[in-house]
Amino acid sequence: MSKVVIKAEDISKQYRLGLVGTGTVKDDMKRWWYNLRGKEDPFLKIGEANDRSVKGESDYVWSLRDINFEIHQGDSVGIIGRNGAGKSTLLKILSQVTQPTTGKIYTKGRIASLLEVGTGFHPEMTGRQNIFLNGAILGMRKHEIQRKLDEIIAFSGVERYIDTPVKRYSSGMYVRLAFAVAAHLESEILIVDEVLAVGDAEFQKKCLGKMNDVSKGEGRTVLFVSHNMAAVKSLCTKGIVLENGKVVFGSDAESAVNYYLTNASQVKDTSIADRTDRIGSGAIKVIGIDLINQKGEIVDQVISGDWLKVRLNLNINLGVIDYSKLFVGIALRDQEETRVVSFFSDEMGTDFTKFKDKDYIDLVIPQFNLRGGMYDVAFQLSLGSTRVDDFIDGLEKAMNIDVLPGDFWKSGKLNRTGNYAILTSNFEN
Amino acid sequence: MKEYNDAGGAEWDHVIQSQTSLFDLRLREVWHYRDLLVLFVRRDFVTVYKQTILGPLWFFIQPILTTITFTIIFGNVAQLSTDGAPKVVFYMAGITLWNYFSNCLTSVSGVFNSNAGIFGKVYFPRLIMPLTIVISNLMKFGVQFLLFLCFVGYFFSQGQIQSNLWILLTPVVVILMAVISMGIGLILSSMTTKYKDLNQLIGFGIQLFMYASPVIYPSSSVPTDYQWVVHLNPLVGLFDFMRFAYLGVGNFSLTSLLYPTCFAFVILAVGVVVFNKTQKTFMDTV
Repeated sequence: MSKVVIKAEDISKQYRLGLVGTGTVKDDMKRWWYNLRGKEDPFLKIGEANDRSVKGESDYVWSLRDINFEIHQGDSVGIIGRNGAGKSTLLKILSQVTQPTTGKIYTKGRIASLLEVGTGFHPEMTGRQNIFLNGAILGMRKHEIQRKLDEIIAFSGVERYIDTPVKRYSSGMYVRLAFAVAAHLESEILIVDEVLAVGDAEFQKKCLGKMNDVSKGEGRTVLFVSHNMAAVKSLCTKGIVLENGKVVFGSDAESAVNYYLTNASQVKDTSIADRTDRIGSGAIKVIGIDLINQKGEIVDQVISGDWLKVRLNLNINLGVIDYSKLFVGIALRDQEETRVVSFFSDEMGTDFTKFKDKDYIDLVIPQFNLRGGMYDVAFQLSLGSTRVDDFIDGLEKAMNIDVLPGDFWKSGKLNRTGNYAILTSNFEN
Repeated sequence: MKEYNDAGGAEWDHVIQSQTSLFDLRLREVWHYRDLLVLFVRRDFVTVYKQTILGPLWFFIQPILTTITFTIIFGNVAQLSTDGAPKVVFYMAGITLWNYFSNCLTSVSGVFNSNAGIFGKVYFPRLIMPLTIVISNLMKFGVQFLLFLCFVGYFFSQGQIQSNLWILLTPVVVILMAVISMGIGLILSSMTTKYKDLNQLIGFGIQLFMYASPVIYPSSSVPTDYQWVVHLNPLVGLFDFMRFAYLGVGNFSLTSLLYPTCFAFVILAVGVVVFNKTQKTFMDTV
C-alpha cells in the first residue's frame, strides 16, 4: 500500500447564515465571554446539517460535519455531490483559503490548488508576464517558471500572442494560457475545482489528458471536483460522495459515481406532477410516465430487446387543444447525460388527432435496443412548432429507466451492459 | 522542514487546523514567496497609469497642486509659521512624506477587501500583499521626493535653506514611515473585514490625523504645555527630521528617532500577529 499523503480528521466547517455583519458584535462578545471563562464556544454546539431545501431553525449551519478520509499517494480522487453538498468548502480548506472550524488535516508534500484558472492575471500585462505572475501566485519560484517557460507556452498554444496584453485575448486563449501554467506546477498534490467547464472540447481533452499524466504517470495525487461524471470516471481512481456536508460514500470512482447517480439524483425526490423545474405554457401537463410491457402491465424495469410502451399521462388544463398541431419529443440520456436515443413526432409525421379523447399519449417501441444500464427520460410537448416559445410542457430527468441485460440475440447469452444501443445485425459472408 | 506528528505518531509535512498559536506566523513561507513579491511590485510598476493621457505626470501634478494650495491657504491666508523656511519647500517636505504614509495606510487597511477575489481562490502568504503595497508606493514617493529635491536644490543654491549631512539618514526615516504605516494598516485591515463601517472611518480618520501631525505646521509652534501630547504621535520625529535635515529649521536630534523606531517595531509586530489571525478565516466574513 502506498503511503497516505492526506489525512483528514473530523473536519467541520460552520457558517453563519443571513446578513454577515449584523449582530456579529453581540455574538463575538458572547464567544469572548465564554472563552474568558474557559468554556467551549457556545456557537459550536448549535448549527444544523446543511440541507438547503429545509428552512432551518438556527442561523448557523455546518457546511461540513466530521469529515474523515485518507488519500494515498498517486490516487486521483473525485469529489462529487450536489450543489451545496460541501465540495467547494472542502477544497477551500484543503487549499488553505479558509480554516476548518474544528478538526485537522495532515498533509505530506507540496499542495497546489486550482480553484480557478488565471488567478491574478492582469489584463494589461502580456501573456509572458502573466505566466510568471500566475506561476508565482501558485507557489512556483521564478527559476522554476523560467525553466518551464517554453513548455508552458507550447502547451498553451498561444505562442503567437505571448507578448500581447492578455486583455486582447479571446476567452479561450486566456483559459489555455492559465491552465498551461497550472498544469506545469511541480507539486506532489494537485487540487482541481471545476475549472474545465471552460474552454473548447479539444482543449478540455488536452487538460484531462495532462491531469491523467499527472496522477498516473508521475505518481502525483490529484483531487478533482466535478459535475462531469464521465470525467470523474475516466480520470479518477477513487471517489468520495458528499451529501449535506457529510461523507456518505467513499470507494472506487466507478461505484461512487453510481452511488451518486442512484441516490443523489433529483429524479427520485418528487413525482413528475409536483416537479417545478419544467418549461412551457402548461396548457397540457404531463403528470406521470408509465412503462408498460406487452401484456399491458406497468413495469419498473425493462429488459433489453423487449417490447415497450411509454405512456405519458396528461392533465389537460386549458380547454381545447388542436391535436393536429401537437408535437411530442421524448429522449433518453445515459448517466453521463449524453443523449442516447430520441423520438420526435414531427420526424415521424405523427398526427395526434387520434389521441384527442384520451388523457394519455403512447409511444410504442417494438424492440427496446438499449443495453443494460440506467437511463433518464426527458420529454417536450409543443404546439405549432418545436421552438421553445411554443412549448406547452417539458421536463428533463423526468424519470429513470432501469434496463436489465436481456438475450437480444436469442443466443442464450445475456448481452453486455453499457449505456449504448444494440442494432439488429449478423455476421455474413 | 518542520515536522508534525498526528495522534498515531506518524510524521507529516504540514497540518491544516483551526487552532494555531498566535505566534505561528509562518514567516519562512513569506521568504519562500519572495519572487511573488517582486512580481507583484513589477506588476504595479508596469500597469500603473496604463491608458491614461498624462501618465506618470500625475505623480507630479498632485503634490504640486497640494503644495500651491497649502502655501496659499495655510501660509498666506492663515499665516501659519514655517519656522522661517521658504513656504513652498516647507509644505512640500511635509506633503511628500505624508502622502507616502497615507497612501500606504489606506491601501494596506483595505487589503482584504480589495484582494478578496484572489485571496478566495489561492493560498499564498497573505503578508505578501501589504508588503507589495508598501514597496510599490515607494515608486510614487520616489518621484515626488525627486521633485522635492529639485526645490531643495534651488533654495539651497539661493542660500535660503541650510541642508545638512543629516539627509543621509533619509532612507532610515522612509523605512520607519513604511513600517509604521504597514503596522497600523495591518491592524485596521483585520478590523475592516468584519466591521465594514470602519472603511468610512479610516478615510476620515487619516484626514484628521494629518492635522494632528506636523505636516502644515512645525511641531515647535505647538504651545509648550501641549508639546508632550504632540510628541505622543510617532510621526512627529520623522517630520521634524525632514525639516531639520533639508531645510535646517526646527529641533531634531538622534534621540527624536528613538520613539518612532520603537513604536514602528512594536506596531509592526502587533500588526503582523493580528493580520495573521484574521487571514485564516476572513474569507468567511468578507
